[in-house]
Amino acid sequence: MASVWVVAPVDRSGALHPASLELCTKARSLTEDVAVVAVGPGAAEAAGPLGDHGARRVWVWDDTAAHDHPGSAAAVVADLVAEHRPSLLLLPMTYDMRDVAGRLQARLGSTLMSNATDLLDLDRARTEIFGGTKIVDVALEGPEPRIVLVRPRSFEAEPVGGTAEVVECSSDLPELARAVRVSGRRAEAAAAAKLEDARVVIAGGRGLGGPEGFALLEELAGAIGTAAVGASRAAVDAGWVPYSLQIGQTGKTVKPDVYLAVGISGALQHVVGMKGAKRIVAINKDAEAPIMRMADLGVVGDLFEIVPRLTEEIRRRTAS
Amino acid sequence: MDVVVFAKYVPTPEGTPELGPDHLLVRDGGDGALDPGDTYGLELGLRLVEAHGGEVTVVSMGPAGAIAAVQRALAMGAHRGVLVTDPALRGADALATARVLAACLRRRPADLVLAGIESTDGYTGTVPVTVAELLGIPSVTAVRAVEVVDGALRVERQTEEGADEVACPLPALLTVTAGATEPRFPSLKGIMGAKQKPVETLALADLGIDVEDVRPTQRVVAVADAPPPAGGEIVDAEVGIARIADLLVEAKVL
Ligand SMILES: Cc1cc2nc3c(=O)[nH]c(=O)nc-3n(C[C@H](O)[C@H](O)[C@H](O)COP(=O)(O)OP(=O)(O)OC[C@H]3O[C@@H](n4cnc5c(N)ncnc54)[C@H](O)[C@@H]3O)c2cc1C
Ligand SMILES: Nc1ncnc2c1ncn2[C@@H]1O[C@H](COP(=O)(O)O)[C@@H](O)[C@H]1O
Repeated sequence: MASVWVVAPVDRSGALHPASLELCTKARSLTEDVAVVAVGPGAAEAAGPLGDHGARRVWVWDDTAAHDHPGSAAAVVADLVAEHRPSLLLLPMTYDMRDVAGRLQARLGSTLMSNATDLLDLDRARTEIFGGTKIVDVALEGPEPRIVLVRPRSFEAEPVGGTAEVVECSSDLPELARAVRVSGRRAEAAAAAKLEDARVVIAGGRGLGGPEGFALLEELAGAIGTAAVGASRAAVDAGWVPYSLQIGQTGKTVKPDVYLAVGISGALQHVVGMKGAKRIVAINKDAEAPIMRMADLGVVGDLFEIVPRLTEEIRRRTAS
Repeated sequence: MDVVVFAKYVPTPEGTPELGPDHLLVRDGGDGALDPGDTYGLELGLRLVEAHGGEVTVVSMGPAGAIAAVQRALAMGAHRGVLVTDPALRGADALATARVLAACLRRRPADLVLAGIESTDGYTGTVPVTVAELLGIPSVTAVRAVEVVDGALRVERQTEEGADEVACPLPALLTVTAGATEPRFPSLKGIMGAKQKPVETLALADLGIDVEDVRPTQRVVAVADAPPPAGGEIVDAEVGIARIADLLVEAKVL
């Protein structure tokens, strides 16, 4: 039987990336033979939830190199691939896993597809291009295993109950890779964690003009209560808010009940990160901005006037 | 310190991309340009050689028109250029592209390779690390700042939580985030001087690469239009404020 593997990253706090469970769920629909390579210190802990989501076996690579030089995990996965010959490798599309996938394709000579949003078969994947306006199906050819990077939140994770066999593994990494070391860390945003789970996301763009503009959004989010603040890349690149708030192709994918875009034009690369929202509202002074075309409700006007008044209106309603 | 900067030529970075009848992105035509995502690495590279000596070589793979991307990088200050162009590279996937770029680096090794985080048109975000693996050198991705200290790199890597400071030996490959720095505009002198700078144009055979090694392994089998967004109502601020509040109530989040 064809075997499908998931590469599952474990972060510095020991948390398993949630997309790993989404991918296990999808893998189960393609084959019964699902296995996971979990990478990062504390990865053994992840075997529980992975087994619960259908992994029969979890290889554990508990090594700090997974964070110092993320691509190093490719050496471990490649060794396992040579021994067990899976048909398909699925990785969540994160910066670290792109490093792993990129190095894997060099080692294995296998095809690598990025930005996938669905798997149709062991050798067929789907992606969305041009901001999700076109759906493209791609046949994956060449030697197995095919490697596919899948956008987080493409599937719902569904537990099935089950326990995985846990196998520890190690690897001789090249000296050059071992020489790459994280020597210091700077935390910038703790609030960002709730962005992906918030029922309301209020995202700000270039139209906010600076960090002060984002203070208006924070106030609005506070008034709503269940809301988190996000941003377009233009706002992140300008240094107004940290990268962890970025929504879109190179940032987070959010699927809230309500997405409120404030001073965001709706570029293709932004839209792929938020088009799954149940309701889209946009505040923009330009009635012709692309975001207005996809919004359920578009409000034309100056955000600096509208946002404070909206905050007031919501406070008034929630007070009564 | 010799630096190679990858410079991809992309069709109309600001415009609407198009698919041809063969389901491939239309890459020819006059209005392509240097991928804006590559200008950040180029700027960092130029500053490094200004401070430490050495040269910046830009390397690009693309159609013949991709010379425009190389010229732009030369006008910004790069010292020499390499363009790999070959009919067999049409539709090249990430692995084929990486093989070509790696072959250029084997031919002319560099201390440091700088690339964009992802290209504007292909955005696989994997070509540079694949090159690093083919060359057997370390990589740091999503870099915001770079310094050379005692012959090694100290870089700042953007992470989910904030930033990491990473120590990395040379030779190495880095991918640079947009917004890492303010790329310079070419001066008039730069533009005039670009024409005199050495540019090599290479075909696959010059790199000793076999056509079989760059054959695409992904084939588009179907393209469909996603259902267009239903589109809603457009209202002015007077009406809009109450309507947003109503919608939040309907959505049961207030
Ligand atoms: C490879 C690649 C990856 C990318 N990844 C991402 C990504 O992950 N996420 C992302 O967001 N972008 C991404 N981008 C960038 C994207 O193409 C756009 O440049 C970006 O989304 C634009 O941000 P913006 O909408 O905030 O700014 P703009 O496009 O400049 O829009 C600003 C909007 O604000 C409105 N406005 C201005 N002032 C006011 C006011 N006072 N009141 C009301 N409205 C006002 C304007 O009318 C305009 O519509 C990527 C680009 C590339 C090439
Ligand atoms: N054809 C190419 N020529 C030169 N550089 C490239 C090419 N393709 C990709 N790159 C480099 O690799 C980065 C990532 O590209 P991609 O993997 O397509 O997202 C780009 O930002 C470029 O720096």
